[in-house]
Amino acid sequence: MSDGEIQVAINSDQDIILARQKGRALATEIGFAQCDATLIATAISELARNIVSYARTGQITLKTVNGGNRQGLAIIASDRGPGILDVPQALRDGFSTSGSLGMGLPGVRRLMDEFEITSQPDQGTTVVIKKWKQ
Amino acid sequence: MEVPILKQGGVLIATVQAALSDADLSQLRSGLVQQVVRWRSRGVIVDVTAMDVMDSFASRTLREIAHMIRLRGAETVIVGIQPEVAFAMVQLGLTLQGVATALDLEEGLTYLNQKFERMH
Repeated sequence: MSDGEIQVAINSDQDIILARQKGRALATEIGFAQCDATLIATAISELARNIVSYARTGQITLKTVNGGNRQGLAIIASDRGPGILDVPQALRDGFSTSGSLGMGLPGVRRLMDEFEITSQPDQGTTVVIKKWKQ
Repeated sequence: MEVPILKQGGVLIATVQAALSDADLSQLRSGLVQQVVRWRSRGVIVDVTAMDVMDSFASRTLREIAHMIRLRGAETVIVGIQPEVAFAMVQLGLTLQGVATALDLEEGLTYLNQKFERMH
């Protein structure tokens, strides 16, 4: 089993697919059911899309994590983009600065077990999400 | 990866073959609208059985396709959304509101044919 991290550079919409496919593969490899693997792939897709839409470039890091007697998958989406001015607002359903859809952050939070976001205006945004195996 | 569009009588069938990038989805949208105009099609089926993930962009693009085609006076049906993809969509808050869906290609065709009959 891959012990290290998998990093995917996000520079274009093609990389969104690559990131979510690698995430699904890793999730399946460590024994997530297909349904959870799809939730994970969907969450990665949304976070990678936020990078492309708001920061243009960034990185998705995938790694396995252990907590107590359970195993899980952590995904770190980081960019050095414009950052989010009002994080609580971005976490409310239906909020968007780029058109008709929200940033998908509230949705991503619902897909996963753990969700953390740090963002500084003009410094970038880092989102860490985790899913634990049932 | 481009999505092939087949013409079957008055219906166009677009079968997604693999994961689609944003550019592929946008191309599918413009391609379908063009073909609907060209063939004066009355119905469109988009088969998404092979789609690994339906995220906010994919879902928005499919809604746009259905709404544009409705403005042309034709009907769109999305078929083949996989159960785990549907589960993820609901969690994400994506409902494809106002868009017809059916289990598979066959049921999609049945749905369209019933619509057409009602129009006569």
